[in-house]
Amino acid sequence: MKITRRTALQGTAGALALGMSGFDWDFTKANAQAPNVKRGGVLNFAISAEAPHYDPAGSDTYATLHFAAPFYSTLLRFNLSKFPAVENDLATSYTVAPDLMTYTFKLTPNVKFHDGTALTSADVKATYDRMRNPPAGVVSTRQATFADIGTVETPDPLTVIFKMKAVNASMLEHFASPWNVIYSAKDLAENPAGPRTKINGTGPFIFVEHVKGSHVAGKKNDAYFKKGFPYLDGFKGIFTLQAAAMLNAVQGGQVLGEFRGISPAERDRLVQTMGDKIRIEESSWTLNLLVCFNVDKKPFDDVRVRRALLMAIDRWGGSVGLSKISTLRSVGGVIRPGSPFATPEAELVKLPGFSKDIKKSREEAKKLLKEAGQENLKFTLWNRNLAMPYTPAGIFLVDQWRQIGVEVEHKQSDTGPYLATMNAGNHDVAIDFSNLFMDDSSLGLAKYLSIGRSPENRSRSKDEMLDKLYDDHLRERDPEKRKAMIRAFEKRVFEQGYQQPLLWWHRIVPTHKTLMGWKMSPSHNLGQQLEDVWLNV
Amino acid sequence: MTIADPTLPLAPTNAAAPSRTPSKFVDFCRQQPLGAVSFLIIFAMMFAGIFSSLVAPYDPLTIDFASLLAPPSADHWCGTDAYGRDICSRLIYGARTALVIGFTSSFVGSSLGAILGIASAYFGGRIDAWIQRFVDILLAFPLIVLALVVVAAFRKFSVGGVDINLIVAIAIPILPRVARVVRAAALSVRVAPYIDAARAAGYSHTRIIFRHMAPNVVAPYLIMLTAFIAQAILAEASLSFLGLGVTEPTAAWGLMLSGNAADFYRQAPWMILFPGVAISLAVFAFNLFGDSLRDFLDPRFKV
Repeated sequence: MKITRRTALQGTAGALALGMSGFDWDFTKANAQAPNVKRGGVLNFAISAEAPHYDPAGSDTYATLHFAAPFYSTLLRFNLSKFPAVENDLATSYTVAPDLMTYTFKLTPNVKFHDGTALTSADVKATYDRMRNPPAGVVSTRQATFADIGTVETPDPLTVIFKMKAVNASMLEHFASPWNVIYSAKDLAENPAGPRTKINGTGPFIFVEHVKGSHVAGKKNDAYFKKGFPYLDGFKGIFTLQAAAMLNAVQGGQVLGEFRGISPAERDRLVQTMGDKIRIEESSWTLNLLVCFNVDKKPFDDVRVRRALLMAIDRWGGSVGLSKISTLRSVGGVIRPGSPFATPEAELVKLPGFSKDIKKSREEAKKLLKEAGQENLKFTLWNRNLAMPYTPAGIFLVDQWRQIGVEVEHKQSDTGPYLATMNAGNHDVAIDFSNLFMDDSSLGLAKYLSIGRSPENRSRSKDEMLDKLYDDHLRERDPEKRKAMIRAFEKRVFEQGYQQPLLWWHRIVPTHKTLMGWKMSPSHNLGQQLEDVWLNV
Repeated sequence: MTIADPTLPLAPTNAAAPSRTPSKFVDFCRQQPLGAVSFLIIFAMMFAGIFSSLVAPYDPLTIDFASLLAPPSADHWCGTDAYGRDICSRLIYGARTALVIGFTSSFVGSSLGAILGIASAYFGGRIDAWIQRFVDILLAFPLIVLALVVVAAFRKFSVGGVDINLIVAIAIPILPRVARVVRAAALSVRVAPYIDAARAAGYSHTRIIFRHMAPNVVAPYLIMLTAFIAQAILAEASLSFLGLGVTEPTAAWGLMLSGNAADFYRQAPWMILFPGVAISLAVFAFNLFGDSLRDFLDPRFKV
């Protein structure tokens, strides 16, 4: 039998179910002290976008997570030293039933929210219920992920049991999602939309202030449930919307790092000017930019128009050029290239929009536009006002579409209005993003589900065939059959052309060598609680 | 009534009167040689802007990854940028952006400022005091700071590819500066007998302001208009550089100095050199032309 990550995970889950049910590992007793750790100090780091709101459960931008993660905890989290293995956060132990239908979590005792109230299983239930069934006025971008949860039971204040309606082979990893921060049930009862504007978590840092256009600040949580953590006295996340300002701040030492990622040219500049004072870490990235058509608007309700526009894009040529000047790099389908379930290049080139014969592809695109009566098509491309890599992507797309005679106006906006416009369906065509924290297809495919199930589907498409394929693939435990279902899903998405990955990113993170304990991973959503970060000064 | 001097020969009556416009122009060139040079630069810029599609060797938006950061050569006179786009072509098209935004915002700001200044001088009293306090408030902000506030406060709005809120953002700071100068000129016109005569004849305020006062403050208005085109071009370049002006991939000089140029200026100095020269040259030309025009038109500067 071939051992894959998934079968290993299932085996581990079984072992946990059998062996760990009576095992209580109290994180609070763990010795937090790493060798030579220096305590104290305030970490200043750059955030290249300002959070549109404070609620990670209703967001899919890192701007929210880099802002809010240090204030919160999750049930489980990814162990970045052994990625994608998961480890406890608020949970002290967990068991998974062999049939994957029941997940039981024991919570760490004596955990306090920053307002002084105790965390209980009721808070976990309220948080997950809000994500599964968001009340009116609440947006949950995790709704599709947790649709398979049947009930959440709380037999005692420190036990939470998730009973599934159907098997979801990736559920354990979803419990480690950095977006699923635990809110206070009391706060949610008072105002279900409260987390958008108010922060009250159990994380290593307590919210101090958010000065719009300037920074977010947090101070050490002395009552943090992991004894000895955090090492820092506080942090300040400084909004540096301009790449040049961010680089100058890193270079001048005003900030000690930018944890999202910079371009190759920016990396070279920092290395050249800072020499051995700067640490550069690189990785492939669980993140891609998407070309997203609003199918509620004409003429993008016509599949011929969407396909024509996708076929005009020379991704293979673009990846060569754009990788030299931006964080965009790999050509791939809906799953990160190079990961186990990714579509190989030989199959990818047969899908619409991925042909290597761009001349022929563009001729066909022109024919499709003519058939659709859209030879003089003009529209607005809605884009995010982030230099890297949104601006290069926008410039590239405008050029590609001009080559089939399409006139495009490129509009860029700050993160808040950019997301608000797309979420309200006011865009024609947009450069959207698929911000994943792991390679699992249950996450990667969710963005393409019908809008009713997946609010982050900004193409606003409704496709029952895709929904069914997704659900079937979640239940499938045979890796080969699952892979075939993913391929069928991908083929359907690309043939309909609701939205399609442009290019996948490459992550380059610069940090000062005085910044210690921060861990690199393929996702910029992970490892931002900052509890084990310290300053070697 | 004139009396002919009998000792002087009379000019032949059939001699053709010399054409007025060429002689004025020649006079201007003779008296203001630097002004003539600046006029040539402005003319070249306007020509490039209007006929950019005929003059530019390449499409300014076309990406060519095979020619990334190519140095100046026979193929690309000013080199290429980080997308392989021809910098010379982008400069030529950028002249259009600079002129459209520079001229329009200067025209709108100067015209509104002139109307406000004349009205302030004409009505006097409380109206004058209120208008001047308002002008004082606006004058308290440096031009670029006020433009930044306006452009950040309003959402982007464009008509036919022209960024309207950018034009408004640059026009508003120009307005009080022109209003103050034109008011000073209009104050001396207001006490002229023909204005009293117009009032006595029962003409409306609007008619007196636009028909009788405005034509007499045209000289300072024109000088301010010309001078502020340079400021507006600079403001547009500054706002674009700060990411608040026109959006990529539009060819604009300020934009060419920002973005990738900041990453690659060591490797490809031509990316910042040529747009920088273009901005400097345009600002220099409009400022010099404005000064020369003032010297030429203002009788106080003539001996």
